[in-house]
Amino acid sequence: MKTKLLWIQGIACNGNAHSFLNYTYLEKFLDDFEFINHPILDCRFSLQEVIESFRECDILLIEGSISDEFLRSNKKITQIINIYAPHVKKIVTVGTCSTFGGIFKDSPYDNSHGLIFNQEKQKEFEFKQKVISISGCPIHPEVLANTLYSIKEGIDLQLDIFHRPKIFFSYTIHNGCTRNEYFEYKIDEHTFGKKEGCMFYDHGCQAPFTHGSCNKILWNEVNSKTRVGQPCMGCTEPTFPKQNLFTTKKNMGIPHSLPLGVPKRAYLTLSGVTKAFKIDRLEKDLFDE
Amino acid sequence: MAKPTKEQRRESIMLGALKLFSVDGFYTTTIPDIAKALNMSVGNMYNYFKSKDILAKEIIKYISAYLGKELRKINDKDITSKEKIHAFVKTYFTIAQTEPEMIEYFLRVYLSNREVFKDGCEGMICVSDFVTEIMIFFEEGVEKKELRDQDFFSAFGLFMGYLGGMVFLYGEKILPQELENYIDDIANNIYQALKADEN
Repeated sequence: MKTKLLWIQGIACNGNAHSFLNYTYLEKFLDDFEFINHPILDCRFSLQEVIESFRECDILLIEGSISDEFLRSNKKITQIINIYAPHVKKIVTVGTCSTFGGIFKDSPYDNSHGLIFNQEKQKEFEFKQKVISISGCPIHPEVLANTLYSIKEGIDLQLDIFHRPKIFFSYTIHNGCTRNEYFEYKIDEHTFGKKEGCMFYDHGCQAPFTHGSCNKILWNEVNSKTRVGQPCMGCTEPTFPKQNLFTTKKNMGIPHSLPLGVPKRAYLTLSGVTKAFKIDRLEKDLFDE
Repeated sequence: MAKPTKEQRRESIMLGALKLFSVDGFYTTTIPDIAKALNMSVGNMYNYFKSKDILAKEIIKYISAYLGKELRKINDKDITSKEKIHAFVKTYFTIAQTEPEMIEYFLRVYLSNREVFKDGCEGMICVSDFVTEIMIFFEEGVEKKELRDQDFFSAFGLFMGYLGGMVFLYGEKILPQELENYIDDIANNIYQALKADEN
């Protein structure tokens, strides 16, 4: 039997809905799941029909920031959530906006926030225990699909303090990055799009302190931001979006944000040692000569 | 009295050698000179340090750790960057007077005989304990908006070059006054040069 999903949008840009359409096995997914309503896909019910009263549904997916002022089809988004929340098995916040508030915290709607978090701060919500957060701007389609399959199969996902499944969010984006050697020896001779150089030291890469699996589970099964040569922007974190995303904030040359859990003294000592060595192989282009 | 441990023995050799190196110079001081000053046989000396170069590198690491520990005490205090600069200068000048061989070694052996330290002490590896504390001081000062953000070495050179220069003049007996008489002025000069523009 197909698992029934309702994908509802708060203040959103459609980015997560579009990202999910890139899921490689979408056709198979639609054999196993049915959207009773989705902002883009054809569905059995219209938006009007699903918000009038509860329709049979197993999982509620919420995309976009939430504000009590925001209406969908003349109904407050908070009211729509409350129609479904008591009855569904799980509620999944799809993307950083519905998880933490994200970029639409700055929307004209008053008090925009995530479903159970306003950035790092917890919010009251009666059905908090049902919530699983899939943060990201946008979400990684495979991470969302695998989470939904886990719910369908009754797998008890371990969650972190922000309700994100640990299986996807225990890692940092740095884990699996093909530029790790450049990071180890502090080489940021980078030009956007080039294969060489680490982007942590000058180009704003937030991978060493951002949770996610982008370099473990590749996007479109092919690539990731950091592999292709653009810095990680920290889009899965409550602090997203920061400013000046292509520049590393430094105080007298020392990065303001350090790799997760690494004490400042340990980092400075270690980086001082590695900086003392010049590794010719890493100074040259990979395909030189 | 308990027999000194191997580690304690190593430390006493480093301290003895440090005195000779900083007074007589690195090249004129020999392993037999050091052994003689410590009442040890030359053969036994080699049980602790395989060569004079290795001993020299271990000494600079020892001094860096010692200075780093002193600076860390200041870094850990909940005081302003201005007060920390004053405390740094005072500590540095105090050590220059009470343990002059430490600073002398740094200036006259480590900085003046780079060829001895080129293998194994590349970059700032052997002085990292000390340099790390200076980095932490700068970083926290900028973060608190008390110090101006600038290139690390511009600030480091101004700070340590100034202090090193004063201690050098003191060692050469050129300074007309005792070092402690310069603490307030020098600390203020450094602060004026490093402070954030709005302070």
